[in-house]
Amino acid sequence: MNSFMAVFKRELKSYFTTPLAYVFLVIFLFFSGYLTFKQGFYEMRQADMSAFFMNLPLLFVFMVPSTAMRLWAEERKVGSIELLFTLPITITQAVLGKFFAAWLFLTIALGLTFPMVITVCYLGEPDVGLIITGYVGSILMAGGFLAIGCFFSALSKNQVISFVLSVVACAVLVFAGMPTTLNYASTFLPIGMVSAIESMSFQTHFESIQRGVLKFGDLSYFVLLIVGWIAACSIILDERKAR
Amino acid sequence: MIEVKELRRNFGPVVAVDGISFSVERGEVLGLLGPNGAGKTTAMRILACFLKPDGGTATVCGYDILKDPINVCRSLGYLAENVPAYNEMTVGGFLNFICDVREIRGKDRKQALDRIVPMCSIDSVYHQTIETLSKGYKRRVGLAQALIHDPDVLILDEPTDGLDPNQKHEVRKLIGKMAKDKCIVISTHILEEVEAVCSRTIIIARGRILVDSTPKKLKEEHQCSLDAVFRRITRTKSA
Repeated sequence: MNSFMAVFKRELKSYFTTPLAYVFLVIFLFFSGYLTFKQGFYEMRQADMSAFFMNLPLLFVFMVPSTAMRLWAEERKVGSIELLFTLPITITQAVLGKFFAAWLFLTIALGLTFPMVITVCYLGEPDVGLIITGYVGSILMAGGFLAIGCFFSALSKNQVISFVLSVVACAVLVFAGMPTTLNYASTFLPIGMVSAIESMSFQTHFESIQRGVLKFGDLSYFVLLIVGWIAACSIILDERKAR
Repeated sequence: MIEVKELRRNFGPVVAVDGISFSVERGEVLGLLGPNGAGKTTAMRILACFLKPDGGTATVCGYDILKDPINVCRSLGYLAENVPAYNEMTVGGFLNFICDVREIRGKDRKQALDRIVPMCSIDSVYHQTIETLSKGYKRRVGLAQALIHDPDVLILDEPTDGLDPNQKHEVRKLIGKMAKDKCIVISTHILEEVEAVCSRTIIIARGRILVDSTPKKLKEEHQCSLDAVFRRITRTKSA
């Protein structure tokens, strides 16, 4: 537990001692705001945040892998992994410590979009429950993307490679649930297969949470996704840490 | 305190460590000698639980490196060859992180830092980030990291590489001072270092132990300098 906290603390601090955190936050906040208003936030004439949440998956496809790519790739490249794993730390503790630090960082980034909430509250009377579930869904989705990014970061020493691979993996999982993909798939696949593809996608579960209902199915989707990719990350690291 | 049994490790077709066995007791300073690629670093990495052996095992302070790696890591201090550290951290922040992981808290932490910082003479760079340090200072920070929990067993991979002559002398003095109540394994290319600090020396080449003796005995047996002994042994036996 203590080793976990030590890794967690160090990792979180390292975001803010390098320019990484600030560059990330500025770009993330700019685009999350820009896309919301470009999507027609005012034209919708609705005091809700659907225009904001709608764009998050697309934004996350690029932004989350960019935070995740350095987690292990950098550690392996610099060689500090040799220091880390000759300290009394288990691989699981180290992986979880880094994962939760990055997740908290992304949660902070999401938290800093609070001016959107204030804007909506100022303009009308939004459904607060809907905003809260929207954020819960976003945080869970960030965690899912991050777990995937973590895995690919452990896979390669090269940060660019791990970035590209995790962007592709995340994009596949997002676009699998888009109506266009599903319509196309339904022209030649049986209906069961199409719904299987649909239920594997981030998009489907994220939208379902956004509607304001926290269903067990959606929650377990994200939890399983995170646990699965994190476990895969630990196994890969154990195999490859010294290479 | 260190017991190595038939340790073996391959990297693909390359045999890095080919069944070595030895043991080191408290009060001994063992110098691992050998040409480049002899398997010194691999053997040390296995002992520090960073690499898993393909065959054989070892115990450190009674803990098995395969069954109980966490306790092995707790009881040993390890300085790796390229002195890995987190470059964006300050020296102080880095040492505090090591204390966090090693569960040195409160008064103990203050004592440990007060002891280790002057001992490795890193007072002057305590608030500097590690990436701005010279090679010698980096190595001293690495040494401080390995010594901070006052371990019984020390494994140092080329501890004086990149240090200036004064610093080399300091580190050797430090090792000499700790030698009597610890068990120390160092690897080196520098033969005068072996004569200066090691009470025992093992020469390995191609992953096998060629000689297990003391520097003094080696010189007496071969009637020449350690340099010549080293050349004679590693050339004839590995050729």
